[in-house]
Amino acid sequence: MSSVTPIETGSAAAADELELKRSPLRIVISFCLHEPLGAFGMLLVLLMALAAVSADWLAPFDPTANDFGAMTEAPSWTHLLGTDQFGRDVLSRILFGAQTAMVVGFTCAFVGGALGLVIGVGSAYFGGRIDLVLQRFLDVLMAFPLIILALAVVSIFGTGVHNVIVAITVPLVPRCARVVRSSALAIREVPYIDAARACGFGHSRIILRHMIPNVMAPFLIVITAFVGQAILAEASLSYLGLGVQEPTPAWGLMLQGGAEEYALSAPWIAIFPGLAIALTVFGISLFGDALRDALDPKLRGR
Amino acid sequence: MYRYIVHRLLLAIPTLAGAAALVFVLMRLIPGDICVVRLASGGGTFDPHSVDVCHAELGLDRPMILQFLDFMLGFFRLDFGISMWTGKPVAYEIAARLPISIEVALLATVVAIAFAIPLGTISALKQNSWIDVVVRTVAIAGIATPSFWLGIVVLLIILDVTNYVTGAPWMPPIDYVPLWKDPIRNLSMVFWPAVTVGYRYSAVTMRMTRSAMLEVLREDYIRTARAKGLLDRIVINRHALKNALLPVVTLIGIEFAFLIGGLVVTEQVFNLNGIGRLFVLSVQNQDYTLTQALVMLVVTVFVMTNLLVDVLYGWLDPRIRFG
Repeated sequence: MSSVTPIETGSAAAADELELKRSPLRIVISFCLHEPLGAFGMLLVLLMALAAVSADWLAPFDPTANDFGAMTEAPSWTHLLGTDQFGRDVLSRILFGAQTAMVVGFTCAFVGGALGLVIGVGSAYFGGRIDLVLQRFLDVLMAFPLIILALAVVSIFGTGVHNVIVAITVPLVPRCARVVRSSALAIREVPYIDAARACGFGHSRIILRHMIPNVMAPFLIVITAFVGQAILAEASLSYLGLGVQEPTPAWGLMLQGGAEEYALSAPWIAIFPGLAIALTVFGISLFGDALRDALDPKLRGR
Repeated sequence: MYRYIVHRLLLAIPTLAGAAALVFVLMRLIPGDICVVRLASGGGTFDPHSVDVCHAELGLDRPMILQFLDFMLGFFRLDFGISMWTGKPVAYEIAARLPISIEVALLATVVAIAFAIPLGTISALKQNSWIDVVVRTVAIAGIATPSFWLGIVVLLIILDVTNYVTGAPWMPPIDYVPLWKDPIRNLSMVFWPAVTVGYRYSAVTMRMTRSAMLEVLREDYIRTARAKGLLDRIVINRHALKNALLPVVTLIGIEFAFLIGGLVVTEQVFNLNGIGRLFVLSVQNQDYTLTQALVMLVVTVFVMTNLLVDVLYGWLDPRIRFG
C-alpha cells in the first residue's frame, strides 16, 4: 500500500474492474463475479446490519427484561440461543447488540478515516514544517497505548457509547493518516497537480478536487479494515467494563458477566456473542481483502 | 548508518516528550484525588488535614510544571520514584509484573512464527489451490476472532475436559513461578494465553508472509535461479524466502512491542498478573507515578523496536540506503 497507481492510469484490466463512471449496479455485479468471497463477506455484514436495523421486530424478547423463572436455560424453541444468568434471551441481546457494534464500528471507521484523510493529504501536500510537526504528533498517538487512552477518556467523561467512540477513534486517525500520506506524497509529484497549480487554483480546490479523489483506493481499504478493528476494540473495552455499560446490549458486555462463571453449566452465554463478533469481523475482512484486490491492481491475486 | 541511527534517536525525543506530556495531562484531568481514595480505603472518616499531609508527602502540592520536570528528570535517570498507591518503588512494581508479560509475548511470537512462515510460504507457492483457500480463510478467521473470546472458549474446553476426565475442573496456577524453577507450573500458566494470542498474531504474520512471497516469486532473479537449474527447495529457501522475510520481520517486531503492554484483555481472561492489568489498576487508582512510568515503558519499547526493525531491515537488505 506504499504507493498507489491512480485508477485512470492503471492497466486496462483495472479500468475494467472498477471505473467510477459506470453505474453502481454494474460495479456491484462485476465485483461479485470477480470476488465471490468478498461478496460473501459483504453479505455477512449486510445480514448483521439488517439484524441491527430490524432488531425491534426480529427479537423475540425484550433484550433487557430479566426473567428469573428462566435463568441460564439451554437453547430451546422458546429461547433459540438460550438465556443468560438473569433470564435474558441471548438471541435478542445479540440482535440488539448488533446495533451497538454497527454504530460504533462504522462511526469510528468513518470519523477516524475522514480525520486521517484530511491530516494525511494536508501533511503530504503542504510538506515542510507542517508535515514534520504533524508527523511527530501522529507518532505520539501511534505509540501511546490504546488502553490508557480509553481508560482516561472513560474516567474523565464517563462510560457510554459516545465516549467509547471517541476512545476508539483517536488511535485510528494516525494509522489512516500514515497510509494516506504515503499515497498522497506520490501524487503530489504528478504533473496534473503542477498543472492545477499553474491554473491558479487555491490549495483547498487542489486538495479536494485533485488529491483526495486519487487517494480514495487506499483510503477505502483502510476504513474497511477499521470497521472490523473498531468492533473488536469496542468488544474488548466493554468486556473490561470500560466501554458500553449495562443494560445496553453489547456483544463484549455479554461476555463479561456470567460468561466465565457459567462456563461449565451454561456455555452458550459465552459462545454465541463471541460468534457474532467473529462472524461480523470475518465478513468485513473478507470484503476488505476483495476490495483491496479490486482497487489496487498491483496487489491483484494476493 | 550511524548518522541515520542518531537522526532517528533525535526524532524519538519529541515522540517520548509528547507521550509524557499526554499521560501527565490525561492523568490529572481524571476527576478524583488519590489521597482521598487512599485515606477512604482504610474505612471510616479522616480529617481534611491528613489529605494535605498526604499531598505534601507525594509532592502533589508542588506546582504542575515542577511535577512534570521531576517526572522527565526521573525518566532520564530511569528513576520513577515511588508508587503513589502501594508506596513501593515503581521499578519494583513493574519488575514483578514484567516477566510474565514478556514470557507470554515471546511464546506467542514463537507460536506465530512456527505456523505463519511455513503456512504462508506454502499458501503462496500453491496460490489459489485448495490449501491456499483454506489457509487464507483460517487466517482471516484469526484476525476476526476476538482473542479474549478465544481465551474464554479455550478455558471452557479445558474445564470441560478436565472435569470429565478427573472429576474436578482444572484450575490454572495463581502465582507466577519462573520457568527455571518449575517449568511445568510455569508453562501451564503461560501456554494457553500464548496460544490464544498467538492465533491472531500468526494469522497476521501468515498473511504478510504470503503476500511478500507472492511478490518475490514474480521477480526476475527467481526465474533466473530456476532457469539455471537450481532445486526448487534451494530457490525457495535461499532466494525467495530470504527476501520475502523482510516485511515479516518488521511486522513481528511491531506486534511484539505491542504485546508487552497490549495483553490487558487476555491477562484478564486468564487471570494473569502482567503489565496489562497493572495498567488498568494504576489508572483506576490514580497512581500517577506508576501510570507515567508504564506509559513511558511501553512507548519506549515501541519507539526502540521500530528503530531496531528499520536498522535490521537495512542490514538484511543492503539495497536500502539510510537517508
